[in-house]
Amino acid sequence: MSLSSNDIERIAHLARIAVTPSDVHDVEAKLTGIFRLIEEMRAVDTQGVAPMTHGLDMTLALRPDAVTEPDRREALLANAPASEAGHFLVPKVIE
Amino acid sequence: MSAAGIPRGWEVVIGLETHVQLTTRSKIFSGASTAFGAAPNTQVAFVDAALPGTLPVMNRGAVERAIRFGLAIGANVRRRSIMARKNYFYPDLPKGYQISQYEAPIVEGGAITFTLADGTTKAVRLVRAHLEEDAGKSVHDLVPNVSGVDLNRAGTPLLEIVTEPCLASAEEAVAYARALHGLVRWLDICDGNLQEGSFRCDVNVSVRRAGEAKLGTRREIKNLNSFRFIEQAIAAEVRWQIAELEDGRPIVQATVLFDPASGETRAMRSKEEAMDYRYFPDPDLPPLVVTEAEVEAMRAALPELPEAKRLRYVTELGLPAYDAAQLVTDRAMAEYFEAVLAAGAEAKPAANWLLGEVAAALNCEEKSIEACPVTPAQLAGLLARISDGTISHKIGKTVFEALWQGEAASADAVIEARGLEQITDAGAIEKIVDEVLARSATQIADYRAGKEKALMSIVGQVMKASGGKANPQQVNEIIRRRLANGG
Amino acid sequence: MSVAGTQSGWDSFATVAQTKRALEARQVSAEELARHYLARAEILNPTLNAFITLDPERTLAEARAADARRARGEDGEAAPLLGVPVAHKDIYLIEGWRTTCGSRMLANFVAPYTASVVESMTRAGMVTLGKLNMDEFAMGSSNETSYFGPVRNPFDLNRVPGGSSGGSAAAVAAGLAPATTGTDTGGSIRQPAMFCNLTGLKPTYGICSRYGIIAFASSLDQAGPFARTAEDCALLLNAMAGHDPRDATSLERPREDYTRRLEEPLAGLRIGLPREFFGEGVDSGVLAAVEGALEVYRALGATTVEISLPNVKYSVPAYYVVAPAEASSNLSRFDGVRYGHRAAEYDDLLDMYKRTRAEGFGAEVKRRILIGTYVLSHGYYDAYYLQAGKLRRLIAEDFKRAYAECDVVMGPTAPETAFAFGAKSDDPVKMYLNDIFTICANLTGQPALSHPCGVDAQGQAVGLQIIGNYLDEARMLAIAHRFQQATDWHMRRPALEPMRASMAGGAA
Repeated sequence: MSLSSNDIERIAHLARIAVTPSDVHDVEAKLTGIFRLIEEMRAVDTQGVAPMTHGLDMTLALRPDAVTEPDRREALLANAPASEAGHFLVPKVIE
Repeated sequence: MSAAGIPRGWEVVIGLETHVQLTTRSKIFSGASTAFGAAPNTQVAFVDAALPGTLPVMNRGAVERAIRFGLAIGANVRRRSIMARKNYFYPDLPKGYQISQYEAPIVEGGAITFTLADGTTKAVRLVRAHLEEDAGKSVHDLVPNVSGVDLNRAGTPLLEIVTEPCLASAEEAVAYARALHGLVRWLDICDGNLQEGSFRCDVNVSVRRAGEAKLGTRREIKNLNSFRFIEQAIAAEVRWQIAELEDGRPIVQATVLFDPASGETRAMRSKEEAMDYRYFPDPDLPPLVVTEAEVEAMRAALPELPEAKRLRYVTELGLPAYDAAQLVTDRAMAEYFEAVLAAGAEAKPAANWLLGEVAAALNCEEKSIEACPVTPAQLAGLLARISDGTISHKIGKTVFEALWQGEAASADAVIEARGLEQITDAGAIEKIVDEVLARSATQIADYRAGKEKALMSIVGQVMKASGGKANPQQVNEIIRRRLANGG
Repeated sequence: MSVAGTQSGWDSFATVAQTKRALEARQVSAEELARHYLARAEILNPTLNAFITLDPERTLAEARAADARRARGEDGEAAPLLGVPVAHKDIYLIEGWRTTCGSRMLANFVAPYTASVVESMTRAGMVTLGKLNMDEFAMGSSNETSYFGPVRNPFDLNRVPGGSSGGSAAAVAAGLAPATTGTDTGGSIRQPAMFCNLTGLKPTYGICSRYGIIAFASSLDQAGPFARTAEDCALLLNAMAGHDPRDATSLERPREDYTRRLEEPLAGLRIGLPREFFGEGVDSGVLAAVEGALEVYRALGATTVEISLPNVKYSVPAYYVVAPAEASSNLSRFDGVRYGHRAAEYDDLLDMYKRTRAEGFGAEVKRRILIGTYVLSHGYYDAYYLQAGKLRRLIAEDFKRAYAECDVVMGPTAPETAFAFGAKSDDPVKMYLNDIFTICANLTGQPALSHPCGVDAQGQAVGLQIIGNYLDEARMLAIAHRFQQATDWHMRRPALEPMRASMAGGAA
């Protein structure tokens, strides 16, 4: 299979990564190569096989409902690119 | 127009997705507090802010509440459910994905019964209820052209409850929403606080010509947090959709917001692009497995449910359907009602008083039933005095008022202190009647001329002269007798 | 007097076990050791580029605290590695330390908390020497994708050290630290361990907490140690492993002493040799060294049996679905809102996101995010992610069958030895195929280690990979330990003299 420039633009938008028109060709070529490698597995008959995520079958451990976390605002905002009045600042959000 | 406000020839199809905030102390994936109203970003654990390297750990309290809900609505509680990631970018979504459930939600199916104003009941089938985390909040106008992000709410546990598209009017939608609201409070899994956003509805609305089999294209009204807005928004949306179709413009699937000020719905700008959420099982959270024993223990601990109570009130207590439904909209109300009965009151007057005087007084002072100053025992004492004729219904209201104000500890004490006991001594009533008749020549003449109304005026004066304490029935009888005798 | 930094008389290539004994015997203090390795890093790091961040003041403060603990008698069982220096891959958060993950995105990010594994190693008494270079977000097999520049292989400065934990491998190989931590998502510990002639272990998934380690692919990532010997890896794993309630994928099981089986003899050990690991595409020099190692094992009493893992050939394609898919989601948090890089100029929110991520991530990271986004996007989930999940099951079942016939599986760690800079950096597929033998253990979650077993014709180190059944680390480490007692491949040291001479000239 091969990816089109449209595919690249669509997924780059979904992933919120700016891809310049000059990049698209190189990205397209490299991704097409990678997908050629990936395609090998698609033909395998896996009917009836349960997918596996973790090697040892794990089940979700639950924690008790208790408040254990202190106020971390200062530490959090210390790494923020922009903040004011206790908020992280971002370009205007339009709803 | 039909009674439901839907133009003839059209059908409306409505489905609701309700986000119910669960009453856990801590967040669904972190130990940060869920308390409402804290200073911005002060209840944000590193996990909630999605700091690199942080991992979610599931709150048992959230899981238990979801299961309790599933059991209460007769749904299938999945013994193995899957947490999934819903991927999209938004400043109030720190990880760039929301942890939710997709393919295997914890609760599947089930039904909720609601009662309409005319007393008819309907059942809504639910598709599913799944656990997920809430997002943070964007705050506008902090600085021009900039939004602020407050993550206090991020990670608050939600149960998203999804109905089949099977509601046919705004009235039904609101009745369902109220029933659900009552149920989640009943189960103590949600505080039901609408103002604080603990109970938010997204409403899917479509219309079609009557008899059409295919569903129309739906639009989703987001984030309605009052029953009145649900009703108004659906009405506005239905009007708009029908007008569009009648003008030959097809409906385009969209997410819309309701503006209470204008009473109109408008499409959201940020959701214009088709979303591709790239759901996949969250590799940080292995499958959520609940054991048979855990489920059974939770089933055994469930309180009697509103639907069971409602049926019992109708069949065993003989209450009208609507009254029964009203009493079970709120668990505290039902418990209060049952406490009044336990203190010896009869069901019908107790229900009448609760849904009448008590509800009005609570409403007036914006109090919940839990904060009612009149105790169930006091109310039962009052009802006993009405039913044994010690006081009239009308004096009963005075006594209730006195109890509400904390004037005395019981209805009997109020009656005694204020001398409100009904006058039933015929001699005493006759004396008052005679005094009134002596100065009512005109009314007597009118009555004898066939004006029945004149009699009421005389009765009124006698009651007034007795300070409201004379037994109205006796008064009536004595006056008629006197006037018939020609006296 | 040999290499710089040895004025103290300390052997920079001492093992963890030796260092521990010397500290316990008070022949050397934690502070002296810290000063020794810091001094050595100051001279060698500008060439090797193994460290991204050094913070001598913090390190020395920790070292002095370790010495104080010993003085107070807080050594022994509670702090078995008290005073032993260790350096961490820059993917582990350590409170107060800049933590970059090899990316421009986090070039100025200072961690506000500490990873569980680091916490636990600190409790065991270890002293942090610094933060190690790595492929950006652990995506790479050569350490060429780091925003902070490539790491050089101490055995040949023109060759790569392997990746993604290239800095971790180079640091131990060059005697800049007795031990380091790495992470392994598709071979990122084992392949650099081979390239730099070290012993490196990827434990069973869930043995070491992932809390505080920047996620690449959550279902594959696992922390592990680099050291010269298997014995050292056992000592380090004792300090790294353990249940952590902050990681829902952390295994809840009693603590284990990974050194307890080290002296077990190998007689009766059945070694499975998958024919898929010895076929085409494996360099002859690598094959020869591995065959030689197998001879040693047979001589030590083990038997070998040929086995087949028919689905293992799908490891690489399945991996390049699972890892990018999870990574695309894991890396969404780097959005310029709460921390990390934010573009200086943008039109609006969408533009801010796009530019921030275009600038903050390097080419390989962006490629993998795009692959992952694609395979998860609407209509493709079943064909890719779900199919890959099913292949993981099939591969795990292959191994399960194999363990009926053998105790462990062995083969080459990588199909070829350390390659020259730039040899594969323009062809991602070629680069990916270098991990062909390591990836399967990540997909299944089994433990696997690499230990030195010889050199090829160019004198480059060859690694033998041992893949074991779940939770069989103690036996695997014992196997490698017996091999290392019988051989001295793991004792090879790089010839750093010429480099030191040129450095010394410059520094004088």
